[in-house]
Amino acid sequence: MDDYIIEMRGITKKFPGIIANDEINLQLKRGEIHALLGENGAGKSTLMSVLFGLYQPEAGEILKNGKTVRISGPNDATRLGIGMVHQHFKLVHNFTVLENIILGVETVKNGLLSMAGARNQVMDISRKYGLDINPDAYIQDITVGMQQKTEILKMLYRENEILIFDEPTAVLTPQEIDDLMKIMRGLAAEGKSILFITHKLNEIKAVADRCTVLRKGKYIGMVDVAPTTKEELSEMMVGRKVSLNVDKPEREPGKTVLDVKGLIVKNKATGKNSVDDVTFQVREGEIVCVAGIDGNGQSDLIYALTGLIRLDAGSALIGGTDITNASVRKRGLAGMAHIPEDRHKHGLVLDYPLAYNLVLQRYFEPKFQHGGFLRYNEIYSYSKTLIDRFDIRSGQGVNTIARSMSGGNQQKVIIAREIDRAPKLLIAVQPTRGLDVGAIEYIHSQLIAERGKGTGILLVSLELDEVLSVSDRILVIYEGQLVAELNPNEVSYQEIGLYMSGSKRRAAG
Amino acid sequence: MNSRLKQILSVSNSASVLSSLMAIVVGLAAGFLVLLVSNPSQALGAFGTILSGGLSDRKNMGQVLYTATPILMTGLSVGFASRTGLFNIGASGQFIAGAYCAVLVGVKCTFLPGPLLCLAALIAAFIAGAIWGSVPGILKAYRNVNEVISCIMMNYIGTYLVNFLIVRTVFDSLKNQSTRVADNANMPKLGLDLLFREGNNVSSANSGILLAIIMAVAIYIILEKTQFGFELKACGFNKDAARYAGVSEKRSVILSMVIAGAMAGLGGALLYLAGSGKGIDVLDVLPVEGFNGIPVALLALNNPIGVIFAALFIAYLNVGGFSMQLFNFPPQVIEIIISIIIYFSAFALVLKGVIMSIHGRGAVK
Ligand SMILES: Nc1ncnc2c1ncn2[C@@H]1O[C@H](COP(=O)(O)OP(=O)(O)OP(=O)(O)O)[C@@H](O)[C@H]1O
Ligand SMILES: [Mg+2]
Repeated sequence: MDDYIIEMRGITKKFPGIIANDEINLQLKRGEIHALLGENGAGKSTLMSVLFGLYQPEAGEILKNGKTVRISGPNDATRLGIGMVHQHFKLVHNFTVLENIILGVETVKNGLLSMAGARNQVMDISRKYGLDINPDAYIQDITVGMQQKTEILKMLYRENEILIFDEPTAVLTPQEIDDLMKIMRGLAAEGKSILFITHKLNEIKAVADRCTVLRKGKYIGMVDVAPTTKEELSEMMVGRKVSLNVDKPEREPGKTVLDVKGLIVKNKATGKNSVDDVTFQVREGEIVCVAGIDGNGQSDLIYALTGLIRLDAGSALIGGTDITNASVRKRGLAGMAHIPEDRHKHGLVLDYPLAYNLVLQRYFEPKFQHGGFLRYNEIYSYSKTLIDRFDIRSGQGVNTIARSMSGGNQQKVIIAREIDRAPKLLIAVQPTRGLDVGAIEYIHSQLIAERGKGTGILLVSLELDEVLSVSDRILVIYEGQLVAELNPNEVSYQEIGLYMSGSKRRAAG
Repeated sequence: MNSRLKQILSVSNSASVLSSLMAIVVGLAAGFLVLLVSNPSQALGAFGTILSGGLSDRKNMGQVLYTATPILMTGLSVGFASRTGLFNIGASGQFIAGAYCAVLVGVKCTFLPGPLLCLAALIAAFIAGAIWGSVPGILKAYRNVNEVISCIMMNYIGTYLVNFLIVRTVFDSLKNQSTRVADNANMPKLGLDLLFREGNNVSSANSGILLAIIMAVAIYIILEKTQFGFELKACGFNKDAARYAGVSEKRSVILSMVIAGAMAGLGGALLYLAGSGKGIDVLDVLPVEGFNGIPVALLALNNPIGVIFAALFIAYLNVGGFSMQLFNFPPQVIEIIISIIIYFSAFALVLKGVIMSIHGRGAVK
């Protein structure tokens, strides 16, 4: 008999038009890190939501320590020692770290909050697991990595022994990911059992003991990670061989499509320049990548170029048209497409159906409206072609409300929409964040194809692998300035790292 | 595929109709309980009257149409604004602004011949309501002032300003209200008053209800069929995404308040141009029609077509309540009962929405 702390047997969960989980089994051993791998929309988040009591399955049972348990809500889950860090954190922004951690399980003495005891306890836990935090900082002021540590402390403070991480690394910088991996190993060594969802095979290889694979809602199998290669894992998950290398033909860049001169953006809060005198060009048929550690001004640079914030000095031209102060719509008409960093904030109207989201940037074109009236037939048939072409999976096709789609499929909606606008300049910020390897392969091939057609592509990515494999030119941004222009064929991982951390610089062009 | 699409649409539509009906049942039950407590012996009879009063004779049926007209317009105003992400609690002010301008034109511009006078009065009300609505819209767009606060302020400014202006311009000091408008300023009856009468007793039914229904259909078309509605709704759901898609959110907020205001203003005109002889009372209270737009919109789940039925339902209750006076209930009690039914209905729906969204939000990313 194996010592399973949690066993899920034959779990089935249906949504309108789709079986998200079809008789899925999962066995979690005490003290192991168990990865959950599967394509976008395979049903990973759904399965974890069932374990956390957010959904009630139509069939199947959950056992804890061999005994059947009923989990009808997150409170039951907490009582059973199950904690979850959601892909999008659930923290109160104007509360401090400490307040967030004890929220809901406050210790009360004579009707008053007793913070001192809680504080000591939290600090003890944080020391024990190396989760260094500032308990008095406000959530709104700290980095995503810190917010995640707060979420983890929340689980530990509640003495949870089963910890669920839903795509914890998708929002982290490479450094923060290393930290998180260390913390997870520490937790497992202390006897905590961890369920870990990720699309990055490197991470699975680095920390996981075993891995359960799902595909299209079905249980495919469970493997020990150590003897299994990354290629085998991805083949199990996608059902075919995936090439992890990008095939990029040589191409001479053409005319300049984006010409940025002396761009400055001031940060209103600090008064410093978040983008400091940035000058560069992107030419036709070229992929230029802005690499840098998160928070070095790349977000503001993109917001200023795409018209979401005002720039304070400098100029920008797209294919010769001055767009320095143009409206977002004018920039679009001048040939700019934009895959935004934050898909929920900017990229999608979550309460709109899939079809509306697919025409969000084009509904005003004569193809989709006539005299101000929308041409729904056109919109739906156009959406269907995009759904087929980009393999966007959802329960109810064009009518699916975007909010109910899996994270990766939401991302595919945005990518499909922006690429199909046939832009002169495509600005893509972390386009493959949260996508499975199969989808990443596809998106990369699409970017290369766009490049082949002569589109200029400005890519912002925190993933060095991506930066090195798809770009033609790398611009390193550090504290708002471009500190180096590098050739991906001539530069090493380590060298880029030195530029990104500011220890080295070379004049950029 | 297209038929499947229709099927999905109709499933979700019938679900909302069903939830509205359930809310009404809850409201009625609550009202009945209060009746039982306040006067057990008469409760059953009185409750029966509320339920049947609106259909008891043809005149009452006409009164239902008459009573429904203004709250249909304010319900439309509130519902439309909600769909675009704004809470228009300023329908009262827009309503009274429209009412005053309609009456002013109806009294002073008698040089306009025939139905032109009525048309001019309607246009004046439409514009006045639009202007009253635009102020909170502009403040929100350019100064990020919460529209609820500015709407409430505009309500009081509107009510007191109108009182002040009536006394200066169109005052009937005997009745302490505005002067009667010229006959040709009133909405044409189109024979509706004769159709809905009891003996020689004609009802106040008039073509206003038809105009209101046309407006509801127009709003429906704007919201569901046009590019403009697509933009307004996108702004309502997620203004950052709308901005990213090149929609001017400032323009959307302002236009949406302008349209909402115009609808409420037109409602004011339709009440005082109904030919029932009613004038604007010079009282220091906000017009109740504005606030009744809120439960109408809630009950209709902000659907413009639903607003037509919700307004008719609430008007029906009011007319039925009026008949309750036969049972010696004081008018105040009747008002309380009617309000209980209306607000419980609306509230039941809100609760349901809250529960559903909490349930859904936890799970959906
Ligand atoms: N609340 C919901 N309502 C309707 N359908 C849903 C809901 N939640 C998930 N789904 C559907 O169930 C399927 C599985 O979704 P789930 O979020 O579990 O995928 P996932 O494996 O986590 O994918 P990703 O890697 O993209 O996050 C998807 O097709 C999604 O559209
Ligand atoms: Mg997921």
